[in-house]
Amino acid sequence: MRKVEMKLVYARQIAEDTIEMKLEDNYITQIAEPGQFIYIALPNFTLRRPISIADVDREQKQLTILFKIFGRGTASFAAYEPGMIVDCIGPNGNGFPFDTDKMEKVLLIGGGIGVPPLYYLGKKLKSKGIEVTSILGYQTAAQVFYEEEFNQLGETIVVTDDGSYGEKGYVTDIITDSFNFDLYYSCGPTGMLRALTSKLQDKKGYISLEERMGCGVGACAACVVSTKNEQGYLKICHDGPVFPAKEVIL
Amino acid sequence: MMDLQVKLPGLNLKNPVMPASGCFGFGKEYSRFYDLSLLGAVMMKAATGTERLGNPTPRVAETSSGMLNAIGLQNPGVDKIIAEEVPFLAQYDTEIIANIAGSTIEEYKEVAKKFNDAPEVKAFELNISCPNVKEGGIQFGTDPDMAKEVTTIVKRASDKPVYVKLSPNVSNIVAMAKAVEEAGADGLTMINTLTGMQIHLPSRRPLIANKTGGLSGAAIKPIAIRMIYEVREQVNLPIIGMGGIETAEDVLEFLLAGANAVAVGTANFQNPLVMPEIINELPKTLEKYGFSSVHDAIGKAVFV
Repeated sequence: MRKVEMKLVYARQIAEDTIEMKLEDNYITQIAEPGQFIYIALPNFTLRRPISIADVDREQKQLTILFKIFGRGTASFAAYEPGMIVDCIGPNGNGFPFDTDKMEKVLLIGGGIGVPPLYYLGKKLKSKGIEVTSILGYQTAAQVFYEEEFNQLGETIVVTDDGSYGEKGYVTDIITDSFNFDLYYSCGPTGMLRALTSKLQDKKGYISLEERMGCGVGACAACVVSTKNEQGYLKICHDGPVFPAKEVIL
Repeated sequence: MMDLQVKLPGLNLKNPVMPASGCFGFGKEYSRFYDLSLLGAVMMKAATGTERLGNPTPRVAETSSGMLNAIGLQNPGVDKIIAEEVPFLAQYDTEIIANIAGSTIEEYKEVAKKFNDAPEVKAFELNISCPNVKEGGIQFGTDPDMAKEVTTIVKRASDKPVYVKLSPNVSNIVAMAKAVEEAGADGLTMINTLTGMQIHLPSRRPLIANKTGGLSGAAIKPIAIRMIYEVREQVNLPIIGMGGIETAEDVLEFLLAGANAVAVGTANFQNPLVMPEIINELPKTLEKYGFSSVHDAIGKAVFV
């Protein structure tokens, strides 16, 4: 984890309020693992913004991020143009653990802007011969992104809350007993993760959490999550953002 | 060579810059970015008698030129801090200041007694101004008689110099400073955060789970400067100043207002390297404005 300057080399809007960017540097791109995040500073905003890493191309020294415009900070970042320098700390946190000797089939479940970190994970797993199935949930058709990218990894089911695209309902409605997998990985809104971890309580899985962060490096104790063991709170930025699904209380 | 040294009760500071308590944990995380020996001192995160879990999340929210926080004094408790955190910081060539908090006077006393037996700890910062815990903390920081009482008890319980951290959430900061001076405080640290609130429009709820939080960052710097000026005029104790410091120019402004040293808080979050950068810049800044040392600039603002 270092503070570096990344160069914005590419930016486009890929869905409603959703921006995809590629950033270039010699350090973060060489060591980043699926599930880690970068922590970006924006001029005239006090706090940095955590953004998960959606893909990495080590040879091109580029990483891909996706983010949703939620407020003034993300709106100002969306207005950045290629060639501009982005002040980043990264890679932060711990990624999704995997042991490819002990798994054959995995299920990826993403909700909205929680979908991106699962893409880099899915790519890595597929390259190691793991069978990947993905369920991607969005609010509505206009917000759907990366369907084609996930199709390249394996069977992909898109679901929208209002049924305007793909299946209608929530990601948890789609998962039935017919799904056969050794392990699941998920990232999305807390409500979705709560429903999902409850439904899949007999399965082993890892979830990636989001919270408003202060320092982003583990010092300030702003972004904490309760745990089921005796350790009390864990720090999402430092001990996570990925946790075993059975370890945390959502 | 510009002389950056500052001597304060219990503290030989190689330079006047240290992290503000609560913004730096116990130093481990920032030691991944730079050598902590560069710092004048480290003010540790608050210690209570037993472990505190703190408040529910969200605990932080951004504001215009600042942020609100309501962490709620999350810490592993004084025994664990002495066993695990103090030895880590003691590896570095910097002064260690322990921040002491509590719900009751007895708890403050107990924590002070324990730190008194840790030779690596050079001074105490008495946290009587945390706005984010339900009991203790802020009451001691807004009532001069209670501030006096807790300072007296902690002074009696230990041999180490005690710096009392003042809250800006009072109408008369000078009365608070005078009360703790009478009780035997060795110095002051000021200011803590200002109590604030921010409401999230879509949910119509406060952004912070605790509803209110402490405002810090650049937004509060003029308040800190004003309060240090007021206290400096009427109280003789040394002052470690804090509130919105981001640059070497800000440090000089605090020194001119009457601070003897400074602490940097929120700015660490935006730039983890901000303190070494300020320390590196400070000699040039002092020289630019005609000062030959840090000492030379203290209290040199012109008010006539």
